[in-house]
Amino acid sequence: QQIQEDLNKQLFDNLVSFLRRSHSEFQEKTKEWTCRMKSREIPTAALVLGVNVTDHDLTFRSLSEVLQNNITPYIALLEAKDCPGIKNLMQKLMGQLMNCYIEVDSLEDEDCVQVSQKRMRCSMTSLINWYESVTKKMDSKTPSKKRTSCSRHWQSPPVVVIFKDMESFITKVLQDFIVISSQHIRELPLVLIFGIATSPMIIHSLLPHSVSSLLCIELFQSLSCKEHLSTVIDKLLLTAQFPFKLGEKVLQVLINIFLYHDFSVQNFIKGFQLCIVEHFYSQPLSVLCCQLVDAKKRVNSLSHDQCENIRRLPSFRRYVESQASQKQIALLTADNFLKEIIQKLLEDLHVYHENYVSVLRCLHVFTSSLPKYPLGKQIRELYCACLENRVWETEEYESSLQLARMLNKSDLVTMLQQCVEIFVSSSGKEFDKTVEKLKEFLTQFQKLEAEAFQEQDVSVSSQKELQKKTDLYHLQKTLLELKESRRSKKLTKFEKLRFEVVDYIDSLVRNYLVPADHKTLHEIVYFNTASVLRGHLNAAPRIALHTALNNPYCYLKNQALKSDGGSISNKAPDICIVYKLHLECGRLINLVDWLEAFSTVVMAVEGPNADAASSDQVDDIIHARFIRAVSELELLGFIKPSKQKTDHVARLTWGGC
Amino acid sequence: MSRPEGKGSSALEVKFVPDEEVLKHIADDAGIKVRKDKTQLTASVKRFVKKLENISDNEAQEILEEKNYVAALGICAQDPLENGSSVSGSEVYSFQTPKRSSKMAEMASELAQTPGQSVAPDHSECSENTVKTPQSSSKYMFLLLMHVFSLLLQSKKKEFVSTTPYRLRKRLAAPDPYLESESEYSASCSEEEDEEDQKEVSTVLSGQKTSAKTKAASTPPRRNTLAKKTKEDKMSNLVEEYFEAHSSSKVLTSDRTLQKLRKRRLNQQTLHDLLKKAPLAYAAEIKELNQQHESLFSKWMLQLHLGFNIVLYGLGSKRDLLEKFRTSVLQGSLHLVVNGYFPSITVRSILNSITEEVLDHIGNFRSPLDQLEFIIKRFKEDSSLQLYVLIHNLDSQMLRGERSQQILAQLSSLPRIYLIASIDHINAPLMWDQAKLSLYNWLWYETTTFSPYVEETSYENSLLVQQSGSLALSSLTHVLRSLTLNARGIFRLLAQHQLENKDNPSYPGLSFQDFYQQCREAFLVNSDLTLRAQLTEFRDHKLIRTKRGADGVEYLLIPVDDSTLTDFLEKEDEDV
Repeated sequence: QQIQEDLNKQLFDNLVSFLRRSHSEFQEKTKEWTCRMKSREIPTAALVLGVNVTDHDLTFRSLSEVLQNNITPYIALLEAKDCPGIKNLMQKLMGQLMNCYIEVDSLEDEDCVQVSQKRMRCSMTSLINWYESVTKKMDSKTPSKKRTSCSRHWQSPPVVVIFKDMESFITKVLQDFIVISSQHIRELPLVLIFGIATSPMIIHSLLPHSVSSLLCIELFQSLSCKEHLSTVIDKLLLTAQFPFKLGEKVLQVLINIFLYHDFSVQNFIKGFQLCIVEHFYSQPLSVLCCQLVDAKKRVNSLSHDQCENIRRLPSFRRYVESQASQKQIALLTADNFLKEIIQKLLEDLHVYHENYVSVLRCLHVFTSSLPKYPLGKQIRELYCACLENRVWETEEYESSLQLARMLNKSDLVTMLQQCVEIFVSSSGKEFDKTVEKLKEFLTQFQKLEAEAFQEQDVSVSSQKELQKKTDLYHLQKTLLELKESRRSKKLTKFEKLRFEVVDYIDSLVRNYLVPADHKTLHEIVYFNTASVLRGHLNAAPRIALHTALNNPYCYLKNQALKSDGGSISNKAPDICIVYKLHLECGRLINLVDWLEAFSTVVMAVEGPNADAASSDQVDDIIHARFIRAVSELELLGFIKPSKQKTDHVARLTWGGC
Repeated sequence: MSRPEGKGSSALEVKFVPDEEVLKHIADDAGIKVRKDKTQLTASVKRFVKKLENISDNEAQEILEEKNYVAALGICAQDPLENGSSVSGSEVYSFQTPKRSSKMAEMASELAQTPGQSVAPDHSECSENTVKTPQSSSKYMFLLLMHVFSLLLQSKKKEFVSTTPYRLRKRLAAPDPYLESESEYSASCSEEEDEEDQKEVSTVLSGQKTSAKTKAASTPPRRNTLAKKTKEDKMSNLVEEYFEAHSSSKVLTSDRTLQKLRKRRLNQQTLHDLLKKAPLAYAAEIKELNQQHESLFSKWMLQLHLGFNIVLYGLGSKRDLLEKFRTSVLQGSLHLVVNGYFPSITVRSILNSITEEVLDHIGNFRSPLDQLEFIIKRFKEDSSLQLYVLIHNLDSQMLRGERSQQILAQLSSLPRIYLIASIDHINAPLMWDQAKLSLYNWLWYETTTFSPYVEETSYENSLLVQQSGSLALSSLTHVLRSLTLNARGIFRLLAQHQLENKDNPSYPGLSFQDFYQQCREAFLVNSDLTLRAQLTEFRDHKLIRTKRGADGVEYLLIPVDDSTLTDFLEKEDEDV
C-alpha cells in the first residue's frame, strides 16, 4: 500500500511540474526576445500569476529551473520577507548568485568558493567585478571544456533576478535597486522578473514614473488556475489508467474548497492525496485498487477473511441476489469461485471506466456549447452530475437534449467529428461500432449537403423564374405553396438525421454513463466519505467549540446532559455553565455577579445535602472551580481582563466586544 | 433551497398585511378624514409595500445566496459530521442584544430552579417560530422584521454597517408623534380585527388601483414618510441597540468587587489543592472520548510521514492526549516537545533547542532566519535525520506573532520534520494566511476532550486578578530575604508609607527627598548615595518604580496592590 501511494504521489508531482514547465517554456521563448533588447533600460518581465499564491512557489521553481537549463546559470530568487532593506537585498542577491555559480562550476574552481566565503562588501561594483571575472573565466574555459550550454547561447549570459512577490516588497527598496542597477546595465546584463498576483497596474502604482521608465516591461499572463485545475482533473480522474476514483461528494467538496477558498491547485492535489491515504487506510479491500494486471494477481492471493470482506460489500450483495440460487451458494461459500468472479467483475469495472470516460467526453462535446450550459461549461461539472445519479433522469439533461435537437448542421458535423476523434483515440474495444455509426452519420450529412446544393440550385433557378415574371399574384401563390409544403413535410431529411444523431448519443449515454454506485465492487476504487475529508481540510474549530460549550451532550454521552435544543442543564461541566452565564452579559462582566450566579447554579445541583454547616468549605471549592472555568474561558479567548473597572472582565466574542 | 425561499415568502406575507394595518390605525387614531384619505393612503401604502417587498426580496436573495454558499461548502450537507455538530453559521455567529446585568442572575436562578429543563430560548429563535405560525398580529411582525434584519446583518454585516444605519438614524432624528399610539395599539389588537382589516385592505388595494395611481402624486409626503418611519423605527431598534452598546463607553454593571466579598484570595497552591478535592465531572465519558482519540494515533503517524502536519482543536486540554501520543508512539524516535503555554517561550528558544540538542551545533546565530536556514540545510544534507515536534498551544501569546508563525511554518514544511500541534483560542485560525497554511500543510482533527486546562492556565499571566498577588508576594519575600537588614528596613518604610496613603487615589508616591529624610531618621542610610544604590537594586528586581512628577521631583512607588503589601508587612512582622 505504502509503495503504491508513493507511486501515486510521484505521478502527481510529475504532472504538476509538467504543467508548469509547459507554460514557462512558452514564456521563456518570449523572454529571449526581451533579453535581446539592449538599451539603457532594464529588460523586465512581469508575470501575472493570479491570486493562487500558494501555487506560485512551484511555478517559480520550475521557471528558474528552466532558465537555468537553457539560458543562464545566474539566477537569484528574491522574496519580500528576506529583503527589508536595500542592503539585505544586495546581500541576498550576491549570496544566491555566488552560490549558484558554485553549483554550476562544482568543485573545480576553489578559489571562487573562497571568494564567496569571505565577507565582501556587497555592492554593485563588487557584483560587476565578480561577474566580469566569472565570464572571463568562462570564456577561457569553454574552448577546452565541453559543458555549459549557456555560453553557446550567449556571449555573456544575463543575470536573472526574480522578485517572487512584488506587491509585498517595500517600494523604496525596489526603486533604489532599479535605479542603481540601471546605472550598471552596460557592464551587467540584468534581467528582472516580477511576480504579480493582482494586476499589471500595480507596477505603475508602486513605482514612480522616473523609475518605471528605466524598465522595459513585457507582460506575461500565466494560465488561470481554473485551467490548471481542469487539466489536473483531466489527467487524474478522467483516465482509465489511474485506478483510484473519487466519489461525487468528495469531488464536490474538493472543487468547492478550490473555488470558494483558495484557487490553489496545490491544495486541490493535497486534498486528493489525502483522499488516497484515507481510502487505503480505511478500506481493507483497497489492495485491489491498482492496475488491472496487478489486481488480478492480487485477487488470487486473497485470504479467506478478505473474501469475507468482499462478500460483505453492499454492491456485491446486490450482485449475488441477482444471480441464480445455485450460483449464489457457490459465491457465498467457495472462495475460488468467488475469486474468479471477482476477476471478471474487476475487468468489467475497468472496461466500464474506459468507456465511461470517452462517452463522457463525447457528451461534453455536445453539451458544452449549448446555450445557458444546462449541464455545465466545464467537464468537471458534467462529471459530477454523471457521478451523482443517472444523468438521463435529470431535468438538465432533458433540456440539453432539447437544445441539442436544435443545433445547426455545421456545429453538429464538427461535434460528430470531435466525437469520432475521441472514440478513435480511446482504447475501448467496443467503440469500433460506434465509430462506424458516427462515420455513417457524417457521410449522411455530407450527402445531405450535396443534395442541399442541388436543391439550392433548383431553388435558385426557380427564383430566377420568379424574377422573370414579377407578377404579384403568382408570387403570392408560390409563396403560399411553399409554406404549405413546408408544413406538410414536417421534417426535412436533415432534421430527421439530427434526431437520429441525438437519439444515438442518448443511447450511448444510457448505456455507458451508469453511475458508479450501481456497479458491482465500486467500493474498491471509489472514495466516498466526504465528511472525513471536509473535517480534515476545511475544519471549523469555532463550531466545534461552540457545540462543546453549548451542547456538551454531543460529546459526553451522559443522560443527565441531554436536553432540548439551545439550552443546557445545570449539571453540565463548569465551563459550560460559566460560558452560558457569560452569554447573558454585555461588554463587561462583573466577576462577583458571575461568581454568585455560578454558585447559585452549582449549589442547586448539590441541593439539600450541602448544608449550612459545611458551606464554607463548599464555597471554597466552588470558588476554585469558578476560577478554573474563568481562566479556561480566558485561554479560549472569550474574555480578557479589563482595567476599566475593578474586578471586571471584558467579553471578546459574539455580541460582546 | 426550497426552505429559505419559502421562509422568505412567508415573511413577506406576514409583513404585507400589517403594514397597511399599522398605517390605517395611525390614520384612525389621528382621526382625520379617513374616507377621503383612504385612496391616498393606500397609494402610499402600496408604494411603500412595493419598496419593502423589494428590500425584503433582496434580503431573501442574500440569505438565499448565503445558504447556497453554505450548502455548497457542504456544511449543511445531508450527512452530518459524526458527532452531529452540524451547527449552522447563523447560530454560532448570531449576535445577541446586550442585556442587563440582572439578566445573568435571572438566568442563574432559572437554571438552578429547573434542573435539566430548558431555559428560555433567545430572541432569534422565538421569532423564527413565529415565522412559521400564520399569525399576523403586528407585534409579531416587528419581531419578524427584526429577525430578518438580524439575518441580513449576519450576511452582510460590513456593508450594512457602512450604509444603512446612517439612513436609519436620519429617519429617527425626525420626531415621531405616532409611534406611541401605534405601539399601544399593537399590544391590544385582537386577531379578529386583523382579519377584517386584512380583507378590507386587500379589497381596497384591488379596487382602487387605478385611482390610486393617479392620485399618488398628490399624496401628502408627510404621511408617506411617516409610515416608513414608524416601520423602520422598530426595525432599527436592534441596530440602535447594537450601536448603543458599542459606542458608549459606559457599561451598566454592579459596583461590587471581590474585595468586599469576605473571602480570602486563593493562591496557586490552595487553588490546586481545592480543585483536586473537587471531583471531575463525567470522568467516564471523558475517558471514552479520549480513547476514541487515541485510536487515531497510528493514522496520525501515517499521515505525518506522508508530509502532512496535524493540528488538533476542540474544547479541553489536549496536553494529556499529546503526551500519550508521545509516550506510546514516539518512544525511541527523536522528538521535541514545546510547551507553548509557557509564558517565556520564544521561537528562538525552540530553534536553539533544535540546533543545540538535535543537531549538536554549538554557536550563535545572528538572527532566527539564519538559524532556520542552517537547520534547513542540515536536514537537507542528512537524510537520516527525523524529528517530531509536538507543540502544545501553538496559538499562545508568545508564538502567535506573524514572524514566529512564519518561521514555524517554514520549519514544519521540511519533509522530515513532523509537526503535531494543538490550538485552543477561538480565533487561532486567523493567524495563518494562505501562504502559511500551505507551508503548514495541516490536517485538522477535532479532539474535544473536556479535560480541564490544568497546566495551560497555571501560569500567572494567564490567570485573572484573583491570584495575581500570590506570585508577587512570594517573589517579594524572596528578594528581600537576600538583602541586608538595612535594605529591608528601607523597603518597609516605603511600603508603610504607601499603605498609609492607600485611600488617596491621587497618591503620586513618596518623593525621594522625603524618603531620604525618613531613612536618615531611622538610621538606615547615611548619605543619599547609599540610598540611591539601594534603590537601584530594588529597581533591578522590579520591586519599585520611579516616576518624575510635574515639578521634576522623583517619586517612588511599589507596583504591588495594597492587599499584597499588607500581607507582606504582616509576614515581615512575624519574622522579626
